Amino acid sequence: MSAAAEKGFRYIGKKRRTKEDPRFVTGRGHFVADIALPGMKHVALVTSPHAAARITAIRADKALALSGVHYVLTGAELCAGVDPLLPGVDAPKVTRYPLAHGVVRYAGEWVAAVVADTRALAEDAAEKIEVDYEPTEYVLDPEKAALPGSPLVHPLHGSNVLYRRKFVWGPVEEDFARAEHKLALRVRWGRSATVPIETFGVAAQWDPGRQLLDVWASIQMPKYPDQTARALRLPGNAVRVHFDVDVGGSFGVKRGIKHTVLVGYLAKKLGYPVRLIEDRLENMRGGDMHGPDRVFDVQVAFDADGSIRSLKIRALDDVGAYAGRSPLQLGKPVGAIVGPYQIHSVEYEPISVMTNKTAQEAVRGFGQSPTNYALETAIDRVARHLGMDRIALRKKNFIRKDQFPYLIPSGTSYDSGDYHAVLDKALAAAGYPALIAARDAARNSGRLAGIGISSCLEPSGGNSAFEPLFNPKNETTTWMDSCLVRVDLSGAITGVMNTSSAGQGHETLVATVLGEVLERDPGAIRVVHADSLNALPSNSPVGSRMAIMLGGAAAGAARQIKAALLAIAAHNLNKLVTELEYGEGSVSVKDDPRKVLSWNQLVEIAHRKFHQMPPGLEPGLQAKFVWEVPTGGALPTADGRIQMYPCFSFEAHVVLIEIDPATGQPKLVRYACGHDCGVMINPDIVHGMTYGGIAHGIGAALYEKFAYSDNGQLESQSFMDYLIPSAMEVPAIAIADHCSPSPHTTFGQKGSGEAGYLGAPAAIACAVNDALAPLGTSIDELPMTPLQIWTRMQAVRAGN
Amino acid sequence: MSDERLYSISIEVNGELREALVPARLSLVDFLRDTLRLTGTHAGCEHGICGACSVLLDGEPVRSCLMYAVQADGRKLTTIEGLAQPDGTPGALQDAFCETHATQCGYCTPGMIVAAHALLETNPAPSEHEIREAIGGNLCRCTGYQQIVDAIKLAAEKRGTPTV
Repeated sequence: MSAAAEKGFRYIGKKRRTKEDPRFVTGRGHFVADIALPGMKHVALVTSPHAAARITAIRADKALALSGVHYVLTGAELCAGVDPLLPGVDAPKVTRYPLAHGVVRYAGEWVAAVVADTRALAEDAAEKIEVDYEPTEYVLDPEKAALPGSPLVHPLHGSNVLYRRKFVWGPVEEDFARAEHKLALRVRWGRSATVPIETFGVAAQWDPGRQLLDVWASIQMPKYPDQTARALRLPGNAVRVHFDVDVGGSFGVKRGIKHTVLVGYLAKKLGYPVRLIEDRLENMRGGDMHGPDRVFDVQVAFDADGSIRSLKIRALDDVGAYAGRSPLQLGKPVGAIVGPYQIHSVEYEPISVMTNKTAQEAVRGFGQSPTNYALETAIDRVARHLGMDRIALRKKNFIRKDQFPYLIPSGTSYDSGDYHAVLDKALAAAGYPALIAARDAARNSGRLAGIGISSCLEPSGGNSAFEPLFNPKNETTTWMDSCLVRVDLSGAITGVMNTSSAGQGHETLVATVLGEVLERDPGAIRVVHADSLNALPSNSPVGSRMAIMLGGAAAGAARQIKAALLAIAAHNLNKLVTELEYGEGSVSVKDDPRKVLSWNQLVEIAHRKFHQMPPGLEPGLQAKFVWEVPTGGALPTADGRIQMYPCFSFEAHVVLIEIDPATGQPKLVRYACGHDCGVMINPDIVHGMTYGGIAHGIGAALYEKFAYSDNGQLESQSFMDYLIPSAMEVPAIAIADHCSPSPHTTFGQKGSGEAGYLGAPAAIACAVNDALAPLGTSIDELPMTPLQIWTRMQAVRAGN
Repeated sequence: MSDERLYSISIEVNGELREALVPARLSLVDFLRDTLRLTGTHAGCEHGICGACSVLLDGEPVRSCLMYAVQADGRKLTTIEGLAQPDGTPGALQDAFCETHATQCGYCTPGMIVAAHALLETNPAPSEHEIREAIGGNLCRCTGYQQIVDAIKLAAEKRGTPTV
């Protein structure tokens, strides 16, 4: 299929350089910290040292006495001047403002903002602000927080539980009663995040003459301009977000709405441009970008032959002290709740709980990777329980190629796939027999070695169906994206996209698609990012959606351009459109190829010669296309069934790990990933994201954790304690491609922005536990840090 | 503005002598970015771990967030801008990064290229392990390093190939 699919394309799927790389390699990117506006002042923040406390006084006079310090903003003033930020679920009493007002709810929460001539001065001044606190009771353990009697993070809400519902899809109890075997397990996914190398930043400038707030930000957030305007009590058209800012990595977390409301308020009030660039400390503890922190209780019902009948999953997620979209990260996994397996019925109980920790934000995969880890651990447990080979068990339960479209119990239909073939490709790429020999040889020479396998889905095409699912008051059923295409008088093509990019190569994507449809060189096509007042609707690059949604919108607009060119040619050649042939921008008569109108001639007619235009066609040459997410548009059923996302990429990971028996240090010896995201628009981009996703997954599995002390202090606030894998920890990775085109998309493409990360933690955890198996122990919690592995080995050696 | 005492410094940056009056505590990365407006050098962690702010000081890669501008007085600096062709298009190593798509968001890229440049200057034919060690102090969150390693290998190969 892959070869056949690629054969039909001119530019799609081919090795091509990207449009973005030249500016990045020469240091000519345009990041938010590069924005220098005349007269711009800088913000630094005063943060809470307590996990929970009442603020009884704030004294800023010593700070304001410093030369070059202009303003100190506190929560009392800000909260009176702006509206609270919107929670993702129906919890109106869980109010959230950019600065704490009256109480602080986590250590690191922003209490006051200082504005000064330079960032250094603002930091000096922040240290001179005196805040009096009365510490109050706090809660850090999400299971305790969910119980009655726990200290309340938001007392007005009446509970720490933000969201809880038990979904039952299919005859779960009957399937459990009939199954020959059952087992239960508990795993925990630790608090980590994507932690981009660029922190979040935002600059804002208020123009009183135009009554317009200009915003430049390192942003990846749906509805960002709208939410900014709403909180600042401005009409939507009084905020202009400049989407041409290069975002230095995001992978979900760059949702600096509180930063933006803070800076927007200051810029409007003070009358000069204001910029806030988080330093790493502000980013780690107060940037509100921690990821899921989950306890999974899983029960599996299965038969002796390995057939898995039913699942019960309880997922308790610690979202920290405030609710943005974080509870919804329990919702997206509903769309792939059985993974790639034929499982007849499912019970799913998501519980979103607040604690006195930094707030959670969207992280790559939006809750899918933790769910995949729980599910894959359960599959391994079933294999061990039955004494069955892990690969054979997976293959026995995989949805077969001939079963698509395949409806899962929670109401989503998977579009296409060939899971058996992709797993086989991953095993071949890993050299599986040799891998087993290497593991066994290592074990025989006294070392610890293990092989991990995982297989999982990447739901893609980013819809927002979890919003109405988790909040019936929210009837969002469209998550459209758009593209505008213009051909100018010179014949040059410009594609206009409507959101910022964070390394996903969207300019390359749009240019490739426009080039493909119009049969013009993508290298000569320019792609620009509109600002939010010029933009068509976009829901930003979340949920592995842009290849599908922006790619589809670009193709739709390009087809309209092509149709216009054909209509102009038909009118001028006195032919029907069906009698014409389009080729590389020219239109010729099928029966008489000497009769031809070139691209330049057609463009000139459109721009200059209205007398040669067919009736009804508007002059100029431009087209817009706004696309609703394919398969989207419906509200959930009463029992919570919904088509979540349209497309389902698949990945299978095979990994060999060795563990130093003296230190517990793991080493990834071999890593292979079979990957099927349908038709790849640009293979280098897809592979890059997949490598990067795996590296991120290595971090989540082995190293990265936002650890808290017993008194609620974040202990991993720098890159010396929050350990991001380097080139020494990430091994060479072999990717084996496969192509199952999606029937729902323009070219058969699916999403890949979360690739690698969705299966890597599960595979690595499985490998660590395979390595520990000869010791008769296992670890059920991520990250499995070297210290944790070492501690476990010591316990075994001590006979515990 | 504050009344900090200023010091006169003179640094050769990308072959051009730059003179300035700076406060003693101005970091080198802030000097490059804010004073000289050479914004290709990026601040990532500002505590010396991520390597995004790497520049060449007399040919050696250093963290410009861990140095003060006054410490570079009288020295020669090369930043990512200085590794491009005179017309601003990519130099050879930068071109190799384009060929293998060794960047995604582009934020760590300048520091990564500076580290790779320093490696190839002293070791024109590095092994994969040597490449990984050389960029081991530069964190990247997008690429998983593979296409960066490929780019450095490619650049080394091209260096080793005599041009006709």
